[in-house]
Amino acid sequence: MTNSINELEKDATAIFVIGTNTTDNHPVIGYKIRKNVRFNGAKLIVADPRRIELSNIADVDLRFRPGTDVALVNAMMNVIITEGLEDKDFIANRTENYEELVKVVEKYPPQLVAQICGVDAEDIRKAARIYATAERGSICYAMGLTQHSTGTDNVKTMCNLALLTGNLGKPGTGVNPLRGQNNVQGACDMGALPVVYPAYQAVTNAEVREKFEKFWGVPLSPNNGLTIPDVVDKAHHGEIKGLMVFGENPMVSDPDLHHVGEAMDNLELLIVQDIFLTETAMKAHVVFPGVTFAEKNGTFSNTERRVQRVRQAITPKGDAHQDWQILCDLSNRLGYPMNYSSPEDIFAEIRKVTPSYAGISYQRIEKTGIHWPCPNEEHPGTPVLHGEKFNRGLGLFHAIEFKEAYELPDAEYPLILSTGRSLFHYHTGTMTRRSSALNEFMPSNEVQVNPETAARLDIVDNEMVKLITRRGYIEVKTHVTEMVPDGVVFTFFHFSEAAANVLTQAKCLDPVAKIPEYKVSAARIEKI
Amino acid sequence: MIKLTVNGREIQVPKGTMVLDACQQAGADVPTLCYDPDLKLAGSCRMCVVEAKGRPNLMAACVSPAENGMVIETESPDVVESRKIILELLLARHKLECHTCEKDGSCKLQDYCYRYGVTDSRYAGQGAHFGMEDPNPFFKRDYDKCIICTRCVRVCDEITGAQAINVKERGHHAKIATVFDGKLDDSSCVFCGQCVMVCPVGALTSKVSAGKGKSYQTQNVLTTCTYCGTGCTFELNVKDDHVVGVTSVRESEFSPVNKGALCVKGRFGWDFIESKERLTTPLIRENGELRPASWDEALDYAANKIKAIKEKDGPDSLALFSSARATNEENYLAQKLFRAAIGTNNVDHCARL
Repeated sequence: MTNSINELEKDATAIFVIGTNTTDNHPVIGYKIRKNVRFNGAKLIVADPRRIELSNIADVDLRFRPGTDVALVNAMMNVIITEGLEDKDFIANRTENYEELVKVVEKYPPQLVAQICGVDAEDIRKAARIYATAERGSICYAMGLTQHSTGTDNVKTMCNLALLTGNLGKPGTGVNPLRGQNNVQGACDMGALPVVYPAYQAVTNAEVREKFEKFWGVPLSPNNGLTIPDVVDKAHHGEIKGLMVFGENPMVSDPDLHHVGEAMDNLELLIVQDIFLTETAMKAHVVFPGVTFAEKNGTFSNTERRVQRVRQAITPKGDAHQDWQILCDLSNRLGYPMNYSSPEDIFAEIRKVTPSYAGISYQRIEKTGIHWPCPNEEHPGTPVLHGEKFNRGLGLFHAIEFKEAYELPDAEYPLILSTGRSLFHYHTGTMTRRSSALNEFMPSNEVQVNPETAARLDIVDNEMVKLITRRGYIEVKTHVTEMVPDGVVFTFFHFSEAAANVLTQAKCLDPVAKIPEYKVSAARIEKI
Repeated sequence: MIKLTVNGREIQVPKGTMVLDACQQAGADVPTLCYDPDLKLAGSCRMCVVEAKGRPNLMAACVSPAENGMVIETESPDVVESRKIILELLLARHKLECHTCEKDGSCKLQDYCYRYGVTDSRYAGQGAHFGMEDPNPFFKRDYDKCIICTRCVRVCDEITGAQAINVKERGHHAKIATVFDGKLDDSSCVFCGQCVMVCPVGALTSKVSAGKGKSYQTQNVLTTCTYCGTGCTFELNVKDDHVVGVTSVRESEFSPVNKGALCVKGRFGWDFIESKERLTTPLIRENGELRPASWDEALDYAANKIKAIKEKDGPDSLALFSSARATNEENYLAQKLFRAAIGTNNVDHCARL
């Protein structure tokens, strides 16, 4: 997030929520948005194909066709420019390439886009006016925006909208991705990515690489590494021979699970380090038992870049070892010595190579976590980014044309399938399906179907059906609900026995981010 | 600024400060039941009554603005007598089963009865019995213990915004209910358990923690939630080296993101930690089956295989999926292991998935 969570409760005067079912997937952030709307009169725009909980209190509820995000937001920008609501000072002083944006956006008048997106043109205008005229407008999004073959375009389009209206660099504004995992922010910050070392320092930059070579005392590869989908493909082809999976479960979370399963079976070596025998661990050659968050010390960085302490409450179960200890033991056996006395000792090293964390210490975050960037021990941290200037200097407008999703419905697969999370489960279910109350409350998957779709298919609520795509099928019970529009169905990905990712495709990913298109697959439902 | 005297001590407070706040600033321990600093004032329980010199009636301190020249007594004989009567009235409909109650030791009603020596109630006998048990797996609703402080109603409305519950009926028959007095599952309840957090008595208690330890038997460890990226902090309750519950920390200094508010997963989704299915020993595949192994055996096996693959096909034939669930320290070491010890940038994690 460019801004911090509590600004959504107090500072934002308009909030544009797109592709995030916030009250289900980031419930505490959802409470804050709702509080701001109900008690402070903040305006709320919801753009989501589904009728989510926040739709009930929205000033504008844009239930648009899945995959048409760029068209929708281009049309909002068309309205803003046509009606002269753009922030001229901000555009002049803080941005470049505005002319290119104008040229593209001209092609997206609301009356045309209304047909593309399946929404009312007047609602697009209303949404544009609310966001553009707000004193402090905040954009929140999650995987509903990003998990598309055009995910990068979608995010850039949201940045365009914020730049156009000057909604950046002040409390209550910003472009705010709500990240879905406790430490996905930190894993990125720490360089658990194929192209960067810690703090997003490029592995292909010779100067940076030299710094790390000196610090780590070994020569390092100058080549960008592979992303997860590429690794899976190359394992399938036999080019990747050995894989270590640490605290992940690709056999449930990754697209096209038949393909993933074949890739895993093809490996000469699969090492899994986890707390349970996950679907992925079942395929492993060797399994290391690690520990849960309750048994370890360390830090997590949340979605607002706040680095917070994790504290050990109990001793590890059985002969499970601390995860950091396992990694050190393996490294030592590979002839590269790693000797640390504690997680705090590791953090001390992190600070030396991660400029944005340099000023953060366990002592400083004993009570309250600190937002990076925090370059030195006197620095208070940075809840709001881009106050004076952007990292690259001026904010760059990207002229982006709308592209349809890769797999559109047709006669054989007439429905659009979208996947996501439930309030009652988390990711691949490794933890929540072994949490007694959560699993008792929601023990199995469902597919949400609009009543009109259900009537056409002659199916009723709570009926077991086959949900089918070109990749395969799952058997799942229906939940007939107006939450999804006619022609769109939605299912959860937590359940390995009826796994949504059997259905999703791994062929056409976003070309830049390599994110799979979980929000649009062509599907059909058959009675059993 | 306003000047007033509390228990003989003069203090100054800004205009608009409530008497309760002023008393607390003056160091007086005024008992409260319906009052919650994060919620709208109800002023209904009358536990916080204090005496203001020259006023005919005792005043509820939480809803009375401080005035210049006020002389307040927080434990005068009239105040104490009044509080005793209030406690007796509350006890008249409160099922006394402190010995088996989850709230024993952290119950405000119990504390205040102890403080004022109230053992039983002269008003008992005519009360309504509710006895409704909600079938949800997260928390127990025992309205025979409810004192109608309405903190649950207000927190559900004001913090969570679910508006699932309200007060039904009046007087002795008043009870907390969902619309049409049904099950929580049929209401707009999201099972966040904020109501459990604010309940001052044993009317709302976690079913997941039931029977596992009373508050005075546990140590509490402040930590950060393991689920979504919001970064809520809370305390893990530990008894005999087992996690037995999660409780909120409401001070923003320790809970800057959530101020104690949680969701159903954070508050009730912790017992996987204690699951019998946890991996407790390394495993090695042999003849197609995973079998238990020692750490030395498992680590040697993995290291030798990695070395052999690296030798044969080069470092870029190896890859790591690191973890968005693991700590910064662990992710740092994991990428360092693959970059420095093995020599490949094939390092990723499920940020996209």
